[in-house]
Amino acid sequence: MLSGATIEVTNLTKRYGDVQALRGVSFSVNEGEVFGLLGPNGAGKTSTVEILEGLRTADGGSVSVCGLDPQTSGAEFKYVIGAALQSTALPDKMRVHEALDLFGSFYPQRRGTQELLARFGLEEKRSAFYNQLSGGQKQRLALAMALVNNPRVVFLDEPTAGLDPQVRREIYDIVEELKKEKKTILLTTHYIEEAEKLCDRVAIVDHGKVIALGTPRELKQRSGSVTRITVRLAKPETNGALGALEGVAEFRSEADDYLLYSTRVPRTIVALVKHLEEQNNELVSLEISAPSLEDIFLELTGRRLRD
Amino acid sequence: MSHVISHTWALTVSRMRLAMRNRAFLFFSLIMPLAFLFIYAGIFGRGRAQAVPYLLAEVLALTVMGSFWGLSVQLVTFREQGILRRFRVTPVGASAMLASSLLSNYFLTLPTIAVEFYLSRSVFHMASLGNVLSIFVLVTIGTVTFASLGLIVASVTNTMQETQIINQIIWFVFLFISGATIPLPYLPAIVQKVAMFLPATYLVSGLERAMIERTNLTDLGMYLASLVGCALIAFIISAQLFRWEPESKAPRRAKLWAAAAVVPFLLLGVWESVNGDLQNHAIKNLNSIREPYSIERIEH
Repeated sequence: MLSGATIEVTNLTKRYGDVQALRGVSFSVNEGEVFGLLGPNGAGKTSTVEILEGLRTADGGSVSVCGLDPQTSGAEFKYVIGAALQSTALPDKMRVHEALDLFGSFYPQRRGTQELLARFGLEEKRSAFYNQLSGGQKQRLALAMALVNNPRVVFLDEPTAGLDPQVRREIYDIVEELKKEKKTILLTTHYIEEAEKLCDRVAIVDHGKVIALGTPRELKQRSGSVTRITVRLAKPETNGALGALEGVAEFRSEADDYLLYSTRVPRTIVALVKHLEEQNNELVSLEISAPSLEDIFLELTGRRLRD
Repeated sequence: MSHVISHTWALTVSRMRLAMRNRAFLFFSLIMPLAFLFIYAGIFGRGRAQAVPYLLAEVLALTVMGSFWGLSVQLVTFREQGILRRFRVTPVGASAMLASSLLSNYFLTLPTIAVEFYLSRSVFHMASLGNVLSIFVLVTIGTVTFASLGLIVASVTNTMQETQIINQIIWFVFLFISGATIPLPYLPAIVQKVAMFLPATYLVSGLERAMIERTNLTDLGMYLASLVGCALIAFIISAQLFRWEPESKAPRRAKLWAAAAVVPFLLLGVWESVNGDLQNHAIKNLNSIREPYSIERIEH
């Protein structure tokens, strides 16, 4: 390996029947980094991760994890990775501690069941059957199992999908801790706040392509230091004149709100007030905010993440 | 290699635990065979000790053949629920998954076999235990063979529905034209000819002979070799066709591959049709239960 990257993905392509799931995905993840793949459902995040985990084969391009090829490196590869898959399960009547014991027994080096149970808050559930666990408990068990071999690289595919906000925060805390342990983590998500909060770097994926890549801060700055002005008006404005105001780079309306992405906020506001006076319209509310990753996604794709 | 063995063993223990917690499993692998024993020995045999060895042989055969059912259903369930793919990101391989399923099934079948023997002896006063070594080897090899045949069904079918339908068809063939339920000599001649090509027929015949004629392993050599050959081919093909992912489909030619598993019995069937004595043994052993209540009398 020439580069020192822990995960290297180059020009990955994958097709399922008529659907081109991946159209040349490339990125690399450094040792100890938390890297996020952010995008809507069907963007190609899971395909990418599952190719990296060795669960799928790519049609084209190449991947390497710790310098190993997931398809040909066999057990050596399995020893260095841990994974929490998106669609998976355990047998209904398997007990929590049995699952950790069993999966741990597959590896020459493993973490103790007791330690994992304590760390993931599963001590009380150690003897519960898998089908007696709540969604959050199942997910915590999945994370514990992903760490049972003390892997160098951890893949978390939508670790918080379908969980309520409180459980989601618990999972965030766990990921933060893994970060402190210097694990290399690749996670996929369609939650913006998750990517912003957890990831050192984020690749925004859409239609099988990486459309932007950088730290959350870089991505925000990259949007040309555009600021979002959200206004609500007394009377609806339908002619799109707001988009033509001074400094407005982009304009869209969403329900009752008008979103003005402006490069020169003071000018835009002055122009807006003037315009409303001319139209005999009034301002109900006005909000100025820095762009979020959600805005970046919108800017790049013209769509919201959770359409 | 040592990894494969340790993985297989860990999975075997885990599967046995899961099976013991599964009510359906306990019913089909313990309650049902024992019910067969009481129906056969108590009703067909009228509780006569003389009839028990023959009837026990059929019950043993049914118990062993039952392995055909459970494993394929479990494997397809594990695949459909995404359980297998979780194992796929670990160092566990397809052969460890399959071998553990065969082993756990075998270890769980043995107690049932022992209970069947014990009850035949204590409740129905069976005089002889037959050739115990031959019976043990037949049960061991038979259990693995029929379980492997189940695995091959799982590896060429794509949905639980398809698995169940194919299982039913094969199971009915095994059940009714092997001698396990209807004695072979009572079947029409043409059906008896077909039976010569079925693994179940040789299992039933082997068990009858070991039970009643106390036939030794050498004399059962051809039966055993065919069962072993069939198990080996079925296992290798199942491992080759093994699918971890719920959505992956079996290739069309897979079903042809699966047919290779019966090749040993096609060969044995040809040999048996030309110069075999299985049918003579079947008649002779059936006669062991005659008098004073013969099957013929029940029929007329």
